[in-house]
Amino acid sequence: MKYIPFILSAVITMALIFVLNRRWGTVPDMGNFLSPQQGFWQNAEPADEGFDANIKLPGIKGKVEIYFDERLIPHVFADNDNDLYFAQGYLHAKFRLWQMEFQTMAAAGRISEFLGNDPRFINYDRETRRLGMVYGAENALRSMESDSVSKSGCDAYTAGVNAYIESLSEATLPIEYKLLGYKPEKWSNFKICLFLKQMSRTLAGPYYADDLPLTNEKSFIPFSEFNVLYPQINDSLVPIIPKGTVFAPASVIPVKPATADSLYFGKKDTAVVTRFGEHNPNNGSNNWAISGNKTSSGHPILCNDPHLELSFPSIWYEMQLTSPTVNTYGASFPGTPNIIIGYNDNIAFGFTNAGRDVMDYYAIKFKDDSKSEYWFNGAWKPSKLRIEEIKVKGDKTVYDTVAYTDEFGPVMYDKSFSNELSKGKAISCRWVAHDPSNESLMWFKLDRASNYAEYEKAIQEFSCPGQNMIFASKNGDIAIWQQAKFPARWYGQGQMLMPGEDSSYLWQGFIPQNENPHVLNPASGYIASANQRPVDSSYPYFIPGNYLTPRGIAINKKLSSMSNVTVDDMKKLQNDYFNVSAEAARPAFLKYVKENELNAAAKKYLEIFRNWNLEAGPGEIGQTIYQTWWDSLEVVVWRDEMETMKPDPIWPDPQTLLEAMLRDTAYKYTDNINTAKKETWTDAVTLALQKAAPELMKEEAAGKLAWSKHKNPSIYHLLKTIKPFAKIGLQVGGWGNIINATTVSHGPSWRMIVHLDKETEAYGVYPGGQSGNPGSAFYDNFVNTWSKGQYYSLWMMKQTETSDKRIKWKMVIE
Amino acid sequence: MKFLVSILLTALLAFIGGLWLPWWSIAISAFIVSLLVHQHAGKSFAGSFLGVFLLWGGLAWWIDMQNHGVLSKKIASVLPLNGNQMMLILVTALVGALVAGAAAVTGSFLRSASK
Repeated sequence: MKYIPFILSAVITMALIFVLNRRWGTVPDMGNFLSPQQGFWQNAEPADEGFDANIKLPGIKGKVEIYFDERLIPHVFADNDNDLYFAQGYLHAKFRLWQMEFQTMAAAGRISEFLGNDPRFINYDRETRRLGMVYGAENALRSMESDSVSKSGCDAYTAGVNAYIESLSEATLPIEYKLLGYKPEKWSNFKICLFLKQMSRTLAGPYYADDLPLTNEKSFIPFSEFNVLYPQINDSLVPIIPKGTVFAPASVIPVKPATADSLYFGKKDTAVVTRFGEHNPNNGSNNWAISGNKTSSGHPILCNDPHLELSFPSIWYEMQLTSPTVNTYGASFPGTPNIIIGYNDNIAFGFTNAGRDVMDYYAIKFKDDSKSEYWFNGAWKPSKLRIEEIKVKGDKTVYDTVAYTDEFGPVMYDKSFSNELSKGKAISCRWVAHDPSNESLMWFKLDRASNYAEYEKAIQEFSCPGQNMIFASKNGDIAIWQQAKFPARWYGQGQMLMPGEDSSYLWQGFIPQNENPHVLNPASGYIASANQRPVDSSYPYFIPGNYLTPRGIAINKKLSSMSNVTVDDMKKLQNDYFNVSAEAARPAFLKYVKENELNAAAKKYLEIFRNWNLEAGPGEIGQTIYQTWWDSLEVVVWRDEMETMKPDPIWPDPQTLLEAMLRDTAYKYTDNINTAKKETWTDAVTLALQKAAPELMKEEAAGKLAWSKHKNPSIYHLLKTIKPFAKIGLQVGGWGNIINATTVSHGPSWRMIVHLDKETEAYGVYPGGQSGNPGSAFYDNFVNTWSKGQYYSLWMMKQTETSDKRIKWKMVIE
Repeated sequence: MKFLVSILLTALLAFIGGLWLPWWSIAISAFIVSLLVHQHAGKSFAGSFLGVFLLWGGLAWWIDMQNHGVLSKKIASVLPLNGNQMMLILVTALVGALVAGAAAVTGSFLRSASK
């Protein structure tokens, strides 16, 4: 009896500990999470945190000295390349481990493993695997490991990441692991490959290939109408490769199959697959290079700003890598070795997305539901069945059988992965990113390239995603290559779902690398790319893609009129807010709008618009009016037709509508097919403003008429639901068609300017901070500088400068 | 005197335990202290409660000071505390204190029973 109080209180104590020591749904294990000695408090980095350290680690052959400057940029000096990449892996992990792992888990279709049982997560994982992401990464791993240079670099990088992971304790785990309740696993070279595949998915994945929605549209409109709605070349295109450049005739001439008119172009196909995600046209970028004869110093300047989803932690980590074979500075990708966008003692390099379509879909005929045989060239052929094991946190593992064909890639959609609209049709995807390739070797070589010839050689290692690779060198060359392994297509090939029952619709070859669009030292004295179509119609290959025209126009307009260019001019240009689309559209808007049919509010907005300076700065009201009016016009013109092509029609590009408005006084799509009247541009433009006015009034009442208030640009943490880790409502203007391409969630993720003067001078900034830890002062300390359009001076430190006052901390790894 | 000793001893043991052991080692510390320093259940509870309240509250407060509140502000919004940093420190201290207090009561009852 006397033990009863003891037993009772013991039970209560243990119950309390039990409750606090386990997770309840999304609620962390509060005892552990709140413990100041283990939990999140341990991630609250002192404001005066020191990063000095002397570390002894196996795997280091010589010695690495790392000098951190006041912005926490590491300047890494290694005795050899092994130690260099080991240190890079170690630093990436130390400051960005959670994001590296999260992104590669997403690339591998493993998010259910730590996010739990939710159909969204499981579908994401299934779609990722069915797309062949893991298969592609396996092929990439084989080719990376077959090359001794890239293998040893990646091995060292991986060892560095793992050395850091092994040093972690419960207390030092990144906070996201504590919030979500899991632990990091070992890093591997395979994860490096997965990271690079994720890049292909983002920049050349399913949402750059509109094959499936267009297949559906073909049942409603003839193929010829595609040229009206989705023209291959905009009238106003300013291509990357200057117009008038003479291209050699195509050396690969793909042959259109004899059945194409009946089985492909003319076939009405109702099998539609509704895609899970949506193409994001905001993944774009700008880069340009200016030759010495246009700069005030007489030396070239190279600029680059890749537009990606802005996130915390940033996709970029700034650093300097120095060893006896290399001396390079720039932005690196945590998750992969090398400097990705940057410069060395002799050259500078950068990238924009090519947007080329490198993925096609085929309709596969299986013998039966086992998917083990498919029809090919008149006979049944065995497929390879790959069983995907998708682990689910707190629940049973999901198994998914995916059939792989030898010719058409993995069968992404079939009876087990589709919805009521796909009617169980089997559809495979053939993607360049499936093929063996070794992208990281390009960066290894590029970081060491000292002239045009070496750059030209380095980029040949690169297969996917298609990129516009800008180059400038100290000896005065500027150049660009649009580089990837691009299929050589017959006209119209791969725009829609193709028959996948014989070899006639297969890719017949690839465009030889030396026939990829490129230019060296053009007469204009500059080269610019901004996701536009790379070439005009004289290029001898059919090259569909998701291109964006306006930024290319804007940049060319500015650069062509400039002379004696300075770095300050370039800073201004990267942050330029001029709206070329509005410049072209305004006269037409003013010509067509019927003022007497507008109410007082609409008239007021029209007046503001009429007097607007065409700038899309954060405080501009005219930009808000223009964009709202424009969006409204798109709905007025297109919605009636698009609604007839459910469920997932592709709305024409804004540039298409703009050019139609400028070119055709009578345009059949201005007519609303649901009314008896024949509407014209006048009706459409007026109605669009009438519909936009109430929305603008609502925004005005809420005090959100200024452009940045209206669009509310924000940077979210990669875990979007954790709002307190985000920065919401930045005072930044711009839009996807403007040089400063900041939209709502996307924008210039790294701005870099490299002036290849006698002594290189370089500037850069990214909207984030070097530390991925939300509890660090270095988590978001670059954001304000970035928002204001300001830059940091980039410092290529010399090993003799160790006593420079910019150096704050020193880490030695032996 | 005994009471003060129990407070300080709990805090000290809990701190040392926290350097190597999981968070719930605070319960073991409180339990041991209440066996060593015998007091009524109520006083035992209060002693260990206060000991860990001060330890966890103090540590959290100190960390927060040095961090300039950068992280606590965010976590106090992730948890439903309206971004109130002091509340987060208080909740931290209370959670630890409750566990330690309960463990101390258990120790006190055991010692009473085994007399």
